[in-house]
Amino acid sequence: MLSTANAVANVSHMPEPATAGGEGVVITLPPPAVATAPSKELPVRRLPRIVEAAGEAAAAILPTIVVIAALLAVWQFACSAPGSALPSPSRIWTESHDVIMHPLKGVAFHGIVPSVDGGDVGIAVHILTSLRRVAIGFGLAAVCGIGLGVLIGQSRLAYRALDPLFQVLRTVPPLAWLPISLAVFQQAQPSTIFLIFITAIWPVILNTAAGVQAIPPTYRNVGRVLALNPLQYFTRIMLPATVPHMFTGLRIGVGMSWLAIVAAEMVQGGTGIGFFIWDSYNSSLLTDTIVALVWIGLVGFALDRIVGWIGRRIAHQA
Amino acid sequence: MKTRSYLALEGISVTFPTRKGPFTALDRVDLSIEKGEFVALIGHSGCGKSTLLNVIAGLTKASRGVVFLDGEVIDRPGPDRAVIFQDHSLLPWLTVEENVRLAVDQTIKSSRAERRDWVRHNLELVHMGHALAKRPAELSGGMKQRVGIARAIAMNPRVLLMDEPFGALDALTRASLQDAVMDIQAKTNNTVVMITHDVDEAVLLADRVVMMTNGPAATIGEDLRIAMPRPRNRIEVAETREYNHARAEVLHFLHQRFSNPIDQAA
Repeated sequence: MLSTANAVANVSHMPEPATAGGEGVVITLPPPAVATAPSKELPVRRLPRIVEAAGEAAAAILPTIVVIAALLAVWQFACSAPGSALPSPSRIWTESHDVIMHPLKGVAFHGIVPSVDGGDVGIAVHILTSLRRVAIGFGLAAVCGIGLGVLIGQSRLAYRALDPLFQVLRTVPPLAWLPISLAVFQQAQPSTIFLIFITAIWPVILNTAAGVQAIPPTYRNVGRVLALNPLQYFTRIMLPATVPHMFTGLRIGVGMSWLAIVAAEMVQGGTGIGFFIWDSYNSSLLTDTIVALVWIGLVGFALDRIVGWIGRRIAHQA
Repeated sequence: MKTRSYLALEGISVTFPTRKGPFTALDRVDLSIEKGEFVALIGHSGCGKSTLLNVIAGLTKASRGVVFLDGEVIDRPGPDRAVIFQDHSLLPWLTVEENVRLAVDQTIKSSRAERRDWVRHNLELVHMGHALAKRPAELSGGMKQRVGIARAIAMNPRVLLMDEPFGALDALTRASLQDAVMDIQAKTNNTVVMITHDVDEAVLLADRVVMMTNGPAATIGEDLRIAMPRPRNRIEVAETREYNHARAEVLHFLHQRFSNPIDQAA
């Protein structure tokens, strides 16, 4: 007890002369351990949190930016010759300036309600037309796909009957459906939507079915012991247990429908981003095509992330 | 006509179809359990203990024979026979409270507030009242099984079925859960059928230890009554003659009369 009390007393005494700071001899003494602790913290003062977060974000994005810049530089260098078949980035910028800078061309705003007037519309309008078709076709595919997936996942008989059929049909390329679709629906709009539907539904069905089949038997037993009715079993156990699989299917499905719609619109014409590409090719506006490619890539990426994000949110909540 | 026990298994045989032909797991099992009795089923792996429990639960259909509970024939699963599974089988997307709530909503018909209080009361009983909003993934194995127990007893079952409830836990956690079960059992006086591999667990917890012969075509080999007074304290009973005698009997049955089939083969 005594010795520790002394030590404390010593320590608390030591800094006093130092802070007083008058006599030269005292200042040269090595500072005691207690006194060094606060001065140690000072140099490692942490940056504000926002700056730190921005730094981390920059570190994550920077490699991508460098790669893109490098690719653009190589592209520019390789295609800068006057007769080059592929336009260089700077040529795209000058020749397609209107397409890049006015994506909403042809849209008139009455208050906040937009309306499209005229046939020559901006690229964003084409994208939105395509997105609306995807929304309808993919929405139908999601509903029907989850329903059929649950059916063949749950019933062995249905699985035996339908699975071989699905396995064969899913390998048919989307465009192969187009002639049939056009013949049956006669019009561009419904046959495009059908094409999206028939493209997106297979991964949804097969992943949902796999998810239902993968429900651990103990969860089923919990449902049986609790005597849940089929609807309760579906909402309380099957759905939450299958959500991750379902969204894997939906994510693949949305990606495939985006692939299919461009092809479908190219063939059919009229409106949509696929038509835009075909139209620019026919008008020898290759620079416009390249701008459209960038848009398609970014929108497809966004769709994938949105579906993935919804899936994660639901999985957390359910 | 003879009077039946509260839970009566009469001539239960279970045969599974396999590729090599039918496999008889259980052969003419008769077992009578009185109301409020705690019965431990013990036997080597693969002796059909779990099959027998599943027949009582209604999860497996008996090929022959009948199970009566309180005079009624059992032919399907139901919440009057709550099961505590070895892997606790809590639903990972529900919180602790919601897991128990799901079971209570299915079995207890009363007002919302009363059901909520009942859920919390049962979670307090297993000392999990502090973790209502946690998800199973945030709990230790022992805590998960405590919630599993709360879920089962909250259903006010006529029979509580435990399928190796503590098999996946370490020895110390297991002991504390055994104490919890004895504590609850003293308050609720449930009728319990518990499967176990653990001789000490069987003797400490049960009123009767039912020993099963090795499969295939397993049946009941011996039925030993444990006449130790309750409440039982694991340290005190370990020194009593009854405890050590019962323990020796069970060990003798399991390791001499019906030793592990794998050891026999070797």
